[in-house]
Amino acid sequence: MTAADRSTVKRREFVLGGGALIFSFSLGVRAPPAREAAPLPGSLSRAPYLDAWIRIDAAGKITVFTGKVELGQGIKTAILQIAAEELQVPPLSIQLITADTNLTANEGYTAGSHSLQDSGTAVRNAAAQVRELLIETAAQRWQIDVARVAADQGRIVAADGRSTHYGELVADNLLHVQAREESKLVAPNQFRFIGKSIQRVDIPPKVTGAAAYVQDMRLPGMVHARVVRPPSPGATLTEFDPTQVESMPGVLKVVRDGNFLAVAASQEFQAVQAMRKLASSVRWQEGHALPPQAHLASFLTNLPADSATVLEQNAASGGSDLKSAFAAAGSRTIAATYTRPYQAHASIGPSCAVARFDGEFMTLWNHSQGVFPNRAAVAEMLALPQEKVRGIHVEGSGCYGHNGADDAAADAALIAKALPGVPVRVQWMREQEQLWEPYGPAMVTKVRAALDVTGRIIAWDYELWSNPHGTRPGPAGELLPARSLKHAFIPQTPHVQIAPEGNGDRNAIPLYDFPNKHVVWHFLKDMPIRVSALRSLGAYMNVFSIESFMDELALAAGADPVEFRLRHLSDARAREVVALAAAKFDWTRAAMPRNHGRGFAFARYKNLAAYCAIACEVEIEPDIGRIRMVRAVAAVDAGEIVNPDGIRNQTEGGILQSMSWTLYEAVQFDATRITSADWSTYPILRFAAVPDSIDVHLIPRPGQPFLGAGEAAQGPASAALANAVANAAGQRLRDIPFSRERAKAAFAT
Amino acid sequence: MGAAALNINGHVVEIDGDPRTPLLYVLRNDLGLNAAKFGCGLGQCGACTVVVDGEAVFSCLTPIQRLKGRKITTLEGLGSAARPGVLQRAFIEEQAAQCGYCIAGMMMRAHALLQSNARPSDGEIRTALESNLCRCGTHMRILAAVKRAAELLRETSSEGRA
Repeated sequence: MTAADRSTVKRREFVLGGGALIFSFSLGVRAPPAREAAPLPGSLSRAPYLDAWIRIDAAGKITVFTGKVELGQGIKTAILQIAAEELQVPPLSIQLITADTNLTANEGYTAGSHSLQDSGTAVRNAAAQVRELLIETAAQRWQIDVARVAADQGRIVAADGRSTHYGELVADNLLHVQAREESKLVAPNQFRFIGKSIQRVDIPPKVTGAAAYVQDMRLPGMVHARVVRPPSPGATLTEFDPTQVESMPGVLKVVRDGNFLAVAASQEFQAVQAMRKLASSVRWQEGHALPPQAHLASFLTNLPADSATVLEQNAASGGSDLKSAFAAAGSRTIAATYTRPYQAHASIGPSCAVARFDGEFMTLWNHSQGVFPNRAAVAEMLALPQEKVRGIHVEGSGCYGHNGADDAAADAALIAKALPGVPVRVQWMREQEQLWEPYGPAMVTKVRAALDVTGRIIAWDYELWSNPHGTRPGPAGELLPARSLKHAFIPQTPHVQIAPEGNGDRNAIPLYDFPNKHVVWHFLKDMPIRVSALRSLGAYMNVFSIESFMDELALAAGADPVEFRLRHLSDARAREVVALAAAKFDWTRAAMPRNHGRGFAFARYKNLAAYCAIACEVEIEPDIGRIRMVRAVAAVDAGEIVNPDGIRNQTEGGILQSMSWTLYEAVQFDATRITSADWSTYPILRFAAVPDSIDVHLIPRPGQPFLGAGEAAQGPASAALANAVANAAGQRLRDIPFSRERAKAAFAT
Repeated sequence: MGAAALNINGHVVEIDGDPRTPLLYVLRNDLGLNAAKFGCGLGQCGACTVVVDGEAVFSCLTPIQRLKGRKITTLEGLGSAARPGVLQRAFIEEQAAQCGYCIAGMMMRAHALLQSNARPSDGEIRTALESNLCRCGTHMRILAAVKRAAELLRETSSEGRA
């Protein structure tokens, strides 16, 4: 049986077996409910028992379980606020357990700004139902009407003064019942914790050096390992002699399986030295050719594509269609092309994991965004049943999507399997993080629109070229080390899929009211460079393109960019964030000082989540091509707000991260090797370029559903910046990043 | 293998092992101090920053053999979660972290600045932090926290005089 046969068979078994659910999660499809009924709220539909979310011990100690994880976005605190609100206890009195395959509900990935919608909603409803169960139980015990019983500070209290604590009421699996569809939620005007800027529970340990990360784990007897990666993607190991390395101080084991190579040692620095020695003593045959970086855009648009229509919408009246709208008398057609390079997650802390194999069970402490799907992948790779692999999330450095976390967990598992009984900690080196993470895909967009004589857009034709943005594990073939093994697992073949949340086509549909819209994704299956989910997926590039082009059209129509957007925007909540950002920025058409410009952009993330409008001011230095954002103002409508400061923090971060992507970031490579190996070859934002101010204004929506806000700013920030640069320079930059060379050349024309 | 006596957060500790070992690994693995982080091992990101004799240094590049007789301060030396120091209080007040992996290095760089300059301007804070990278985009809050810490320190010292 060949390696390919083996992995095919394995994958089929996997899909037919217990992994089926996980496979469906990756498609964003929920398992159908067993009965015909309205789905339970949020992730209760996946884990309907109340005690999957909330448990109370005999002493009244409450533990809340979430299948989502802390990534620095503040989710732990927000979940505690929600649970505390409904359970009528202080947030800090609750213990919170995040994703652990032995303990929590499987909520798939912590991604796509879904945590509050999925887990927050589940916890809120479960907590409310637990509270009502406690009230009903106490009322029965006391033989009084439930209306005369209330929950307060961990006690159930009767109007006649009797009271008991929660722990005394929870015997006999009281909470092991299925959730009901309806919950009696605390009304927004009664909120004590939801809507308050409660300080994040994870910050004090992080600012005092307490153990806060998987990198900080020190299990008894733990050893340190490092992997040796090839010089280029697809390279194969041709010469290997471990003897010199094996005799180095502290070295315990050199592990080799095909092209997978690693070394474990007692001390961390010994492992690093052994890794360096090993790397210099082996020979590789270099891998396949990489795309031509200088002609990346034409390379991408010439790759074979599966083209899928994302949207075809024609005006209902007048028999208008795209073709006739472009041909309409008096209309003007404008077109533009935008590009984005491969960009890196580039976490500050290289990926890390700790694994222990006891001969039968594998335990993996890791910072994957999806410890359940990653458990499935690792189990497949190790040929272990899933129930013999436990994945426990422990925070790592910020990941911003699918970075090296899953692969590092798989590395640790492979090394731990070779050292039974010994906990193994693996951390990647900087160059490994930069060279081997799956990048955000390079993209090209082409857009064409027709303006009628009144300055309205009557036709919009948008094409994007992109790889898929999600190649996360689930299947072992998506794990870097699994691809390197002698019996290599192969990556799955991606297929284009058009879904409401979008992928490469996320936010490819403008929210504006154009009578004729046509949106196509030229889906590129071939992945000459490994890619996967980078924060906001295609939304960053699609919003950059759409919102840059809206300004190009506004200019052509002689309209103010904000007024031009409002002219085409009927969604009331969208109009409100646009108006608020413009007002708080003091948006005017008055001339700016020389070399200063203002820019505006708007999007509703995924067209389903938070609304975000951003106005910013930039300053340019044409002689050297330097661009600096001077200030930014954002307006955000995220539905019901759990923690206002949390949303502000995410929005400020989104603006700065997007600014860094847009001004500086492109993964560099030559014919065979990635060459962006460190911070000098992959520069990102530094303090000298940080704006003077960023102001974030939130629109409260009490009683409305949570709208994920963690990735709402990335798209609008890039386009607001581009529009401000065009306003300052009179020249538009359409190719990301706006490097000094590009800016200088454009500003000189 | 030589040994080194290191003065860390006011305590003298004997370290066995390769004298070329970078301080970072000794802090983290021999002494169980979590704050200084491995970020790049190249002195490009600042996640490993500690203060040695009042100067911010990259602990990932500093072998322990160079540190005999010198005073090393890590973030743990400034306080604890139960009893946070002034700089730590300021970072908590300003909620100046997202993932927080870079924060210990930022804070030690800021500590070195505030030791030598009680009234740093915004520009001086930015210049001091230029060698430290944050990937989450927490920069605005980090700047605000350092400014707040300077205020708190001035308040504390004026109370001390009164």
